[in-house]
Amino acid sequence: MTQTITPRTSTTRSSAHAPRVRWTDREGLLSRVFLLPTVVYIVGLVAVPFFLAIAYSFSDVTAGQPSYDFIGVRNYVRIFGDPVFWKSLQNTLVFTVISMLLIVVFGKVLANILVADFKGKWIVRLLVLLPWTTPVSLSAVAWLWLLDSIYSPIDYVLRNVGLIDSNLYYLGQPKLAMASVIAVHVWRLVPLAAVIIMAGLIAIPQEINEQAQVDGAGFWRRFFEITVPMCMPVIAVAGLFGAIFTATDMTVAYVLTRGGPNNATQVLSSWAFFKGIEGSDVAQGAAIALFLFPLLLAAAIAILRVVRKMEVF
Amino acid sequence: MAAVEVRGLRKSYDGAKSFVLQGIDLASEDGEYIVLLGPSGCGKTTLLRTIAGLEHATEGDVLIGGNVVNGLPPRARSIAMVFQSYALYPHKTVLANIVFPLRAEGMAKEERQRKAEWAAGLLSIGHLLDRKPRQLSGGERQRVALARALVRDPSVFLLDEPLSNLDAKLRTSARDELKRFHDELGTTTVYVTHDQVEAMGLGDRIAVMYGGVIHQFGRPEEVYDDPADTFVATFLGSPPMNLVRRDSHLIGFRPEHLWPVEAVPEQHRITMPFHVDRLEYLSGDRHIYGTVTGIGEDSRVIARLPATVTTPLQPGETHQFAVHGDRLRFFDAESGLRTAPISVGAAG
Repeated sequence: MTQTITPRTSTTRSSAHAPRVRWTDREGLLSRVFLLPTVVYIVGLVAVPFFLAIAYSFSDVTAGQPSYDFIGVRNYVRIFGDPVFWKSLQNTLVFTVISMLLIVVFGKVLANILVADFKGKWIVRLLVLLPWTTPVSLSAVAWLWLLDSIYSPIDYVLRNVGLIDSNLYYLGQPKLAMASVIAVHVWRLVPLAAVIIMAGLIAIPQEINEQAQVDGAGFWRRFFEITVPMCMPVIAVAGLFGAIFTATDMTVAYVLTRGGPNNATQVLSSWAFFKGIEGSDVAQGAAIALFLFPLLLAAAIAILRVVRKMEVF
Repeated sequence: MAAVEVRGLRKSYDGAKSFVLQGIDLASEDGEYIVLLGPSGCGKTTLLRTIAGLEHATEGDVLIGGNVVNGLPPRARSIAMVFQSYALYPHKTVLANIVFPLRAEGMAKEERQRKAEWAAGLLSIGHLLDRKPRQLSGGERQRVALARALVRDPSVFLLDEPLSNLDAKLRTSARDELKRFHDELGTTTVYVTHDQVEAMGLGDRIAVMYGGVIHQFGRPEEVYDDPADTFVATFLGSPPMNLVRRDSHLIGFRPEHLWPVEAVPEQHRITMPFHVDRLEYLSGDRHIYGTVTGIGEDSRVIARLPATVTTPLQPGETHQFAVHGDRLRFFDAESGLRTAPISVGAAG
C-alpha cells in the first residue's frame, strides 16, 4: 500500500522564512565532529604508547636513565636468550587456547540458557553479567581468597564432602596454579561470550528452527546442524574476543600468583611488567610486550577472514 | 477417513482469558485442497501451526489419518510444512536442504539421493542442487522448499502463505504450478492465505475465518455466491458485496450484478435509482461509485460493468440501475447472518 505525505508544513514555513542549510545538516562536517573524541582517545591512549613502545624496544631506556640511545635489535636478542621469556610465551599460548575453547563452549551453553523463556530470566541475566562488569583486579582478589592455601572455602567444602583429605594449595603447585588462572579467565569472559553468542542465537529466524522440527530433527541434530553453523560467525568473534582478552591480560596472573610458582603461570604481559616496570628495564619490557602484537594481529585477521567467508545468511 | 480433522479446537496463549481460536471444527476429505482464508490476525496461521504441532491446543483434538496427535511433536505427525519465508537452511546447499528431513529419518544415502533427484526433477530445480539459498530467486526458493516438503511423503502438506513473497507476475504462475503439483500427487493440503484470489483459485473447499471462528466452509462458488454472513460477503469479492439496509435486514448484491436497467432482462429485475459519484476504469471494467436509493436506506455502493455494457454514464447524474432478483442475498442486520428472502417491493 502506498502512502502520500503532503509536505504542507514545509511549504507554509518556507514562504515565511527562506530555507537555509544549518551546520547540523552538513553530514560531512557532522561525521568529523562526532569522530573527533574517539580519534583523540585512540591517538592519545593507544597510538602514542604503542609507537613509544616500538621506539623503546630498540633503545637502552631504563627508569633511571630515560635518555634515548638506539641499540638496534639487542633487546630482542637478549629476551630470546632468556628461558623465562619462552616459558611465558608458552604459558600465554596454553592459557589462551584452553581458555578460548572453554569460553566458547560455556558461552554457548550459557547463551542457550539465556535465550530460553523462564521465570526470573532478567535476574539470571543480571547475575550472569556480573563477572564481566566487575573490575578484573577486584574479582582476581576475590578469587585469591577463594583459592587461599589455608582458608579456601572451596577446599573447606571439598574436605567436608569428603573428596579431599587436606588442602590443595591451588596457587602453590604449578599445574593447579595454571588451572586456577585459566579458571578465572574463563569465569570472567564467559558472560561476554554468552552475550555475543546470544545475539547470534536471537538472529536465527524462529521459522528455521520450527522448520527443522517439522523436518523431523531432534534437539541434537538441530543444535549441531542448524544452531551452531548459523551462529558460527558470532561464535568465532566471541572466541577472538576471549583470545585477545586472555592473551593480553596480566592482572589475573599478577594478582593470583605473581607469575609463580617458579614462573609456572608467568605470561608475556606479566613478564613485561616485571621486567619493564618493577625491574626498571623499560626497553626490554617494551620488547617483550610487543612480541605478542604480531601474533594477535595475525590471529585476528585470520579469524575475521574466515568469518567473512561464512555464508550463513 | 479424513486426512486432517480438527474437533472443538480452542487455543489461548499463556493462560490469557481470550481465545485465539474459539472452537474450530474442520474435516478434510482425503486428497482435498483446503484453504484457510481470512484477514491477518484471524487465527488461520495459529490453526495451521496447531495442526503442525508447533502450537498446542488448549482444548479439543487434532487428528491426522484418524489418530489423535495432540501430544505428538511435529516430527511424529507425518506432515510437511512450507513456511511463508520458506525457512531454507541458509548454510546448506539446495541438495542438503532437500535431504535434511531424510537424514533425520535415518534413510540410506543412495535412497536419499534418489528421492532428492526425483523431487528436484518434479519441480525442475535439478540444475540448482549445488547452490546456496541466497543465490536463488524467490520462485526458485519456493520450489526448493516444496521439494524439501515433498521428499518426506507426508500424509498432509501444510502451506503458510507460500506465495506472498513472490512478485505479482510470478505469483500467478506459481499458483498454477501449485495446483498442478497437487493434482499430480493428490496429497491432502491445508493452505493458509489472506488472498482471496489464491483461495478461490486453489481451494477445493475454503474455510473463511475471522476472529478465531470459521464463518463458512464450502466450495469456492458456494462461499462467493451464497455467503453465510456479512463478513464472508464483504471479505470475498473485489469490490466486495454491496449491503443496503432495509428495516432489520441487509440486502446484499455483488457489484458485477448491478447494471444499468437497460442491460438487465426485464423479468424479475429490481430497479433502483443510482446517483453516480465517480468512475474508475480497471482492467477493461468500469467501476461506478455512487449512492442507491429506493430499495432501502440510501447507501453507497459500487457497480462493476464489463466492457460489453456501454451505457454512457457521467459523474453527477442519476441513472436507473437494476439487479436480477435471484442475485439478491438477505442478512439479519443485527447478527449479520443469512436470512430467508424478504419482499423488496420495487420490482418492475
